[in-house]
Amino acid sequence: MKRRAGRLTPILYVGPAVLFMVVYQLYPAIHTIILSFMDRRSETFVGLDNYRYVFTSSTMLRAFRNNLLWVVFFTAGTVGFGLLLAILVDRVKYESLAKSVIFMPMAVSFVGAGVVWKFMYNYRPPGANQIGLLNQILVVLGLEPKGWLLESPLNNFALIAVGLWIWTGYCMVILSAAYKGIPAELLEAGQVDGANDLQLFWHVIIPEMKPSLTVVVTTMLVNVLKIFDIIYVMTNGNYGTEVIANRMYKEMFQFANTGRASAIAVVLFLIIIPVMYANVREKLKGES
Amino acid sequence: MGRSKLKRMMPRIAINALVIFAMVIWIIPTLGLFVTSFRSASDVASTGWWTVLTSPLKFTQFTIENYQTVLSTGGMSTSFRNSFTITIGGTFLSVFVAALAAFGLSRLNFGGRTFFYGLIVMMMVVPTQMTFVPVLRLYNKLSLSGTFFGLWLVHTGYGLPFAVFMLHNFFDSLPDDLFEAAYIDGASVWTTFVRLAIPLSVPAIASLVIFQFLFIWNDLLVALIYLGGHESVAPLTVRLSSLVGSFGQSWHLLTAAAFVSMFVPLIVFFSLQKYFVRGILGGAVKG
Repeated sequence: MKRRAGRLTPILYVGPAVLFMVVYQLYPAIHTIILSFMDRRSETFVGLDNYRYVFTSSTMLRAFRNNLLWVVFFTAGTVGFGLLLAILVDRVKYESLAKSVIFMPMAVSFVGAGVVWKFMYNYRPPGANQIGLLNQILVVLGLEPKGWLLESPLNNFALIAVGLWIWTGYCMVILSAAYKGIPAELLEAGQVDGANDLQLFWHVIIPEMKPSLTVVVTTMLVNVLKIFDIIYVMTNGNYGTEVIANRMYKEMFQFANTGRASAIAVVLFLIIIPVMYANVREKLKGES
Repeated sequence: MGRSKLKRMMPRIAINALVIFAMVIWIIPTLGLFVTSFRSASDVASTGWWTVLTSPLKFTQFTIENYQTVLSTGGMSTSFRNSFTITIGGTFLSVFVAALAAFGLSRLNFGGRTFFYGLIVMMMVVPTQMTFVPVLRLYNKLSLSGTFFGLWLVHTGYGLPFAVFMLHNFFDSLPDDLFEAAYIDGASVWTTFVRLAIPLSVPAIASLVIFQFLFIWNDLLVALIYLGGHESVAPLTVRLSSLVGSFGQSWHLLTAAAFVSMFVPLIVFFSLQKYFVRGILGGAVKG
């Protein structure tokens, strides 16, 4: 039984949060949709012009293509490595130390991580002393140093690698908890039935971890669709590394084009809705 | 067989080798940053940081000059204070408003309870990008852009859906009997909130506080949007990202500045990791 409250009490408790939601989420979201059909100064309606720009201009198409690269490689990488590490660290004695180390980048800002890796990728022409570790390794192996952040499409993968370094630990922590939650009897029963480890993995472990995997995959997808900080700090979208969120920021501030910025936001929103819906549904399921 | 799942797939040596290899990959980049931040400008520009490994005990090669420089002339000390002000205010306000709402939605009986809970939680679907233009306009009209207060409110608005979701789950799990007993004893709603719900939820609230603290401390985009280019209010993330442009190849200064920005979250992380992990397991991030 819950307390039946007077009319005023619930308003005092829930009211502030609802007000915040209206002012910072609901009203602006609706307003952005309207602005996306208006010109750069939001003075006249321009129909679908901004959307035409979003779907046809070469800069936007490149941003979409790069974001697609991110979606595929970042999501597969973070979840794949996260799952692998979750299973591996379960078997070593220094499990908590290993987890701390791999999870650590989650605590520092993406700006900080960006500086860390910009230094790792530092490039100097052949012959000069390399001060970036990766190029030093190439030189020691007798290869030419590479402009990791300058050469496209290599630079996109170099940036995605930074994303993996930051987010793999997050996936590992969630998946590790789920892995440890699998009842030992289930695996024993499978082994008694003569299943090998690979069969156990696909037919017992993966199905048992499905709710956690859904949350992790959808969270990574939403992250990657909104990815901004890493690109902003490391290349600012130059040399063919533009992504959707970075484009929106530039339209808003560099080009002061409210209509286009809003249209980009709406497109991003439409792509994110189904992913986030699956994410929230899975979380609410876990709640009941 | 207990813990030894997937025992036969890989020999012990291979597993250890893989885990240690992963740990090395995760430590080396940060170690390079840390070492470089204590080397002199000329050393950093001429040789790689790994060369110190040949004589790690030669302490004369290390210096704290880079830190003195970034804290005095790089504007990092002002930004350090700004980051604290933004983060503490934003964390406190968001957790307080979320706790009130989660308590009301979980423990009070009124029409529209489910509707309002659904409304708040569904806002997790809205990417913050959808709100930037209208909220910034509103802020410009109300002279809230470029202010700490405005940023506290924004972080509260963006953090609430997740925070309410997390605390609501926790309040729901508290036994009903406790609250009934308190009401029978004549306790007011406020008393049960402050004396019963909050103390019983310390673990959940601690997780949320650390979560919000790290999230706001590390935020770049929201600060860029609503603080504009005002240097006097810029947090560490904004300052560091602009130093990347202005310091360019001065890696001895950039690495020191980066480490200044990472110092506080690293301490919070390593001392309160348990709560942070619990917060993450309680749900996923909304940015």
